[in-house]
Amino acid sequence: MAVSLREYRARIKSTESMKKITRAMELIAASRIIKAQQRAQAAAPYARELTRAVSAVATFSNVDHPLTREQENPKRAAVLVITSDRGLAGAYSSSVIKETERLTERLRAEGKELDFYLAGRKAEAYFKFRQRPYVQAWTGFSDQPTYDKAAEIGAALIEAFLKEQGEDGDVDEVHVVYTRFRSMLTQEPTAIRLLPLEVVEGEEAPAADELLPLYEFEPSAAQVLDGLLPQYVQSRIFYALLQAAASELAARQKAMKSATDNAEELIKKLTRIANQARQAGITQEISEIVGGVNALADAQAAND
Amino acid sequence: MADTTVEHLHVELVAADRTVWSGEAAMIIARTLEGDIGVLRGHAPTLSLLSASVVEIQVANSNELVVVAVDGGFLSVAGDRVSILAERVELAEDIEVSQARIDLEEAKRLLDSSNEAEQRVRHAEARIRAAEKVS
Repeated sequence: MAVSLREYRARIKSTESMKKITRAMELIAASRIIKAQQRAQAAAPYARELTRAVSAVATFSNVDHPLTREQENPKRAAVLVITSDRGLAGAYSSSVIKETERLTERLRAEGKELDFYLAGRKAEAYFKFRQRPYVQAWTGFSDQPTYDKAAEIGAALIEAFLKEQGEDGDVDEVHVVYTRFRSMLTQEPTAIRLLPLEVVEGEEAPAADELLPLYEFEPSAAQVLDGLLPQYVQSRIFYALLQAAASELAARQKAMKSATDNAEELIKKLTRIANQARQAGITQEISEIVGGVNALADAQAAND
Repeated sequence: MADTTVEHLHVELVAADRTVWSGEAAMIIARTLEGDIGVLRGHAPTLSLLSASVVEIQVANSNELVVVAVDGGFLSVAGDRVSILAERVELAEDIEVSQARIDLEEAKRLLDSSNEAEQRVRHAEARIRAAEKVS
């Protein structure tokens, strides 16, 4: 017997308590996903109305706004990486980081230098450990982002984008890497270009009878655009954060489910080995007793 | 859209993270950067920026008045459909006047040192006004 029965029992016990923990985490993640999805749904009307308004303004004025202007010779790009704060979510954060590396390589190949903006402790830890520089990091909200956080991030990115070329901290493009929530089963890491804004994304083409009306702008089209676009950017970031949150929870649920399954398997296996060990112990004991009795009997027979 | 069946304005009052109120309304009063605006049925399509202020919605077929404080945002009117968007929207019933007063004092103190303070003062004042209107 290599390992004693007692040790097997201890291992089964610890695996059992681990299983309880992973099971609890799975259930927690599952219940939070529903909330995260509801939050994403609740935020949808704002994004929709905002998109409508932006496209309305864009159609009626020649959009020439600093936020939509393409820099002729982009030299620097900012990348916002959205990961989770906590681990135990399978490959969730690392696949976002992998996507980031791909984007980084592509942008570097185009001759751009990069500034990194990070959301989530995992990204921060990754950069710190490799001693790679980043501009700013926001942490502590990955599973339930608030609009305020999105606004804060948006403000920082817009400020960097609006700086003149050559100024310290200026960027000419802003990219976002986040995880898109497709369904409970699939979440894909995605990289999108946030700034300069591509005017009017035709997410759904307006029906023929729903042509955009001729708006009056107050105070003026340019000023309305000035007010709208930053909010549009922030709402896009908020959307990305919400999607990332839902994805994180889904990934965690999946990871914890397979951890629970694995624990179950391990317990089964260990129980079998433990039973075998127990059997072996009993057999040995019996053979020892029988052997002892035989020896005694032989000794007595010799005495007689 | 079927204009003939729509007797009233359809209003969507939306904050960044939720829809605060949506329904039919007879009239809306809001304050844009250029001054107060009232919207009735058949208003010309308009898109205007709101200042931090009180928005009043007269609910259709009742005397009910929905009063909210917004922190800016904008108002868009098109074909008897009105959407009011702001990052922060608070129903007057949910506003705590005492807290709003504290915020106002704080913002006033900062008035000289920061540019955002003016916006905060306006927002706090709007919240107080909204709360007083319903009480």
